[in-house]
Formats: sequence, structure tokens, C-alpha cells
Amino acid sequence: MAKRIVYREWLIQPERYWGLLAALAAVIAIGGAAALYMEHEGHWVTGMTNSVVWGLPHVFAVFLILAASGALNVASIGTVFDKPVYKPLARLSGLMAAGLLVGGLLVLVLDLGRPDRLVVAMTTYNFTSIFAWNIFLYTGFLAITIGYLWTMAERKGNQFQRPVGIFAFLWRLALTTGTGSIFGFLVGRTAYDTAVLAPMFVVMSFAYGLAAYMLVLMSSFAWDGRPIGPKLLKRLKDLLGLFIGAVLYFTLIYHLTNLYGAKDADFEHFILLSGGIYTLLFWGGWVLIGGLLPLGIVYHPRLGKEPNWIAGACALVIAGGLAALYVVIIGSQAYPLEMFPGKTVLAFGEPGDIGGTVAPYVPSLPELLLGIGGVAVAMLIVSVGIRVLQFLPESLSDKEMDGLTASAA
Amino acid sequence: MSRDEQLNEGRRHFLGVAAGGIAGSAGGVGVVVALSALTGADDADAAPRAEPVDDRHRWGLFIDTSKCAEGCSACVDACAEENGLDLQVRPHGQAAAKWQNQRSVWVRKVKLEDKVSGHVTNLPLMCQHCEHPPCVNVCPTGASFKRADGIVMVDRHTCIGCRYCMMACPYKARSFIHEQVEEKFSRAPRGKGCVESCNLCAHRRDDGQDSTACADACAALGHNAIVFGDIKDPTSPLRKALRGQPSRQIREDLGLNTGVRYAGL
Repeated sequence: MAKRIVYREWLIQPERYWGLLAALAAVIAIGGAAALYMEHEGHWVTGMTNSVVWGLPHVFAVFLILAASGALNVASIGTVFDKPVYKPLARLSGLMAAGLLVGGLLVLVLDLGRPDRLVVAMTTYNFTSIFAWNIFLYTGFLAITIGYLWTMAERKGNQFQRPVGIFAFLWRLALTTGTGSIFGFLVGRTAYDTAVLAPMFVVMSFAYGLAAYMLVLMSSFAWDGRPIGPKLLKRLKDLLGLFIGAVLYFTLIYHLTNLYGAKDADFEHFILLSGGIYTLLFWGGWVLIGGLLPLGIVYHPRLGKEPNWIAGACALVIAGGLAALYVVIIGSQAYPLEMFPGKTVLAFGEPGDIGGTVAPYVPSLPELLLGIGGVAVAMLIVSVGIRVLQFLPESLSDKEMDGLTASAA
Repeated sequence: MSRDEQLNEGRRHFLGVAAGGIAGSAGGVGVVVALSALTGADDADAAPRAEPVDDRHRWGLFIDTSKCAEGCSACVDACAEENGLDLQVRPHGQAAAKWQNQRSVWVRKVKLEDKVSGHVTNLPLMCQHCEHPPCVNVCPTGASFKRADGIVMVDRHTCIGCRYCMMACPYKARSFIHEQVEEKFSRAPRGKGCVESCNLCAHRRDDGQDSTACADACAALGHNAIVFGDIKDPTSPLRKALRGQPSRQIREDLGLNTGVRYAGL
């Protein structure tokens, strides 16, 4: 008989738990107030313009949505790829996927010009739009994840776990492909007109989702005094290293593709050399903080064994991920649309109208607060979930894990 | 029936029922402030349309850049006046430069210089009314739509303000309403949080008039750089102008088959 994994509610002291909840609720309230302010005044109070139409809220929303599908990977590795050591990690993986998605969608919806018309978006569809498909992909993902969690937690549902798990895995691939395709099929924009964005977003979701998962796992276990064995930690951090490497690889391919075509050389010059904040965020954030530094930590012979350093690497991946999406989403809009090849745009409407020049964008405080509010929503869902339901295994010590592998063999 | 035709079928029905077309319908939260004093120009001599829009016509523009005068902004001003764009008010406390990039603009006066020869070209740039409009493809609710007569516009009742159409448009032709709107015309309803762009003076189509505000203004100054007409009618002034000299589409490489064509570009 297979060894049973014992799950327990999160048992940290009530003061700590309620303190955490209060702090998250405060952040959410501030984010909500910021959204209300932007909604009431209109988007003129944000940094967004007719040139940069998607701002910081989209960076957060897309990040959270990518991380959501990535967080579910941990469960998929256990169920779909049949790795027994990942099975105790699956419940938290499902919960985080649901929480991150809800947080991301909230930010996305609250940044609409007319969030009050959400019911229109839910009832009127144009199926040539990947956005319309995404509405189904996102809500479907939530429903499937909840069903998946049920098959894990309910004995009667255990028999469905593998088929549901496989379905969830395929669905999350479709979801991230869909998210990447929001950008990948915009033929009019130099930065976006490439199908490589879709798989790049899939790989990004692997990295960001796993980093977020590991951070939550490590901190929730540390707070509750539960052990995570070095062997399991090594598995997870090695996997993270692989995903970080894959993100860098796709980044390289993306830019090499653009560099090969002479028509995109100006855009590449902008991102790689002359784009100011975008160049800085590309090299400093996307490549260094989100890529090379965490790779160095993860594969460092000594630091790669230290839980605190591994947690630090996860935080760097998340920071680098936000920087990467800032470059992808905002940098690509700031770069002027190339309508007149071989011509210099001397004037584009009234003075100040942005045509041939890089569009300015400075994120406003309410945008930032809305984005952080979305993160807090995700954290609140996870905190309440692990507190009231049995999501976390009692122990992930090597002894426990060895027992699992042995009984599965 | 193709996807476009199905869409258009639905739109035809919608427009047929509305009889006055989009121009008469309310935007925003359903409240339209019709400025009766200012909308006097609405009352055209021709009878309002009683039939649904159909695809016997495809409206478009021909622009002869050699006739487009440097420093002239008659088309921009006329469009602003016709469609109430000049009624927009910069929100209190907003910097002028930023507002310039946030207010709604339907036509821009663009000035280009050839990188090799130094030749300077002036032209008005507006929605290009593509046959295959990317903005229509990406709109999740179908609010961005193409009429049977080729006019691409936004149904302000179903626009949720996601701005995906603005991401997709290769011509930067669309504007998002960033601010609360106090004054607007019933022929061009405007509400905070929705997207809009040039609709080739759709209200004039519905009133049976045969030009746009920009073309009229250009002609009134004797420039005649903008010619409005029916691309499908071989006898229309537009087709005659197109026959007269070579023209091209902006971003012709995208294969969108635009309804606005430029000569001398």
C-alpha cells in the first residue's frame, strides 16, 4: 500500500495569521480605492495615453496570469508525468493557480475603460479575437483547477485525478499560448509580429509560476515550522534553473529573429541599446536580475544549497519577470509605429502628438497600487485556503519523500 | 456567409432598427447631452436613411499629398468641429503635453521627410477603413465593427474599453476617451472609457450627403487634396482620381486593402 501523505491546515499562531490577513486586506483596500479613483476620474490620471494604451496594471495582470498557469505545473509534474515526490506539492499548486489567476483577472478587469460592462464581455463574443477566447480559457482554467483540487482531496475523486490532471495541463498550455498570442498576432507592431511570443510566454510562465510557488511553499513551511528536505529543495531549484535557462534561450531567439530582418533593426537598437529605461530593464531586469543572477545562485555549489539563497533566487526571478513584461508590454508600445519606411516623421498632428518619436510613459501611483492589490488578492486566497483546508503536507522531509518514492516503486 | 458578412449582417440589422444609425444612438451610461444649439448642422437637406446600410457602396478617400498644403490644418479643424472633438476639455490639473496625447484625435496632419532625398510630404492620417481591419479582428465583444459600406467604427454600447483595438491598429488611428465628457453631439456620442476613431462622417452617409467634413474643408480652400467617394462606383470622383495617378496604401505590406489611398507617397 502506498504511503499516505498527511495534510494539515496551516497552524501558525492566530496573531500572526490575522495580522497577515489584516495587512493583505489593507493592501487590497488601497488597490480597490486606486481602481475606484481611476474609474471615477477616467484614465487621464494614469500614465497611459493614446500611444501607450496598456500600462503597469497590464504588466501585473499578465504576470499573475502567467504565474497562475506556471504554478499549476508542480501538480502536473506529479499527476501527468507521474513523479511521486511532486504529489504532496500538488494541492498548494492548484490553490496558488486559482489564487494568482483571480488576482490577475481582477487587475485586468478593473483597468478596463468600462469595467461596469463586464457583463457585455461575458455575453457578447467575437471569436476572431484571442481576447474572447481567453475569457473562456481563464474561466475554464479556474473551473478545471477547482475540479482538479477536488480529485486530489476527495477520495471518491482520486480515480479521476490523472485524466483531470492531464486535461488541466493541456488547458494551461492553451491558456498561456493564448496570453502570448494577445501580443504575438499584432501584425502592425514591430515588437509583436512574431509567433515566438506564444511559446516564450509558456516558458516564462514555467519560471515565474515555479518561483512564486517555491517562495510560498518555503515561507509557509518556515512560518509553521514544517520541514522541507534538501533533496526536494534541490529538485525544485534545479527545475527552476532549467526554466530560467529556457526563458533566456527564448529571449535570445526572439531578438535574433528580429535582428536578422533589417526592417526590425531600429526596434532592436531601441530595446538593446538606446531605449533608456527599457534598455535598462531589459539588460538589468530581464537578463541579469531575472536570469543570470538566479541562475548563478541556483547552480552555485554552496549557495545553491542554502534555502535563503534559493528563496532569494525565486524573488529575483519574479522581479526580473515583472521587468521582462514591462519591456514586452510597455517598451513595445513606446516604440513608434513604423508607418512610413524610408521617411523621417517631422510632425504628427499637433505639437506633442507622438508619431515618429518614442512615447513617454511614467506609471502613476494608482496603477502601481492596483497591480499590488492584485498580488495581495492572490496571497489572501492562498493564505485563507491553506489555513482552513488541508492543502499543506505536514512534512516534506527527505525521509518522508524517500518513503513516497519507495512505495511508488 | 463569411465571418465578415455575418458580422455585417448583424450590424445591418442593428443599424436598420436604429434607422438613424450609430449617429443617433446614445453612448456612455446611456445619457447623451445633445446640444441643440450646436447640432443645428445635423439637419441635412437630404432625407435621413430609411434602409439598412448595404454593400453596394464602399466608401473611401483619395488623398493627393502633392496638394496637401504645408501648415494647413483645415481638415483637422473641420473634423474636430463636425464630430465635437473641439468640445473636449483638458481635465483640471493635467499637463498640456500629456493631454495632447490623451485627447481624442480623428485626423492628424503628418509631415514626412524622405531620408535620402529630403523631399517633404504632408498628408492627413485617419482611420484607413481597411477591408480586413485588425481592430475588428481583435475586439473581444465585436464593438469594433465594419459596416456593409466599408466604414469601420465602434459600437459604443458594447465597447468595454479594453484598448486591444488600439494595440492592433497599425495607423494609430484610434483614441481612448481618458476623461469625463460633459459636452458632445448626438451625431458623435462620446463617453469616458470607450474607444473611437474616424467614421468617415457616418452621420452624413445616413443623411444622404456625399462628402466628409475634411474633404469639404479642403475643397473650400481650393486645395482639393482629399476626395471622398465610392470605391465600388466606377463613375465616382474617387475612382476617377484613383485612375488619374498612381496611389498606394500605408502599410501596404499588411494586405489590409485600405479604403484610404495616397498619391505621391
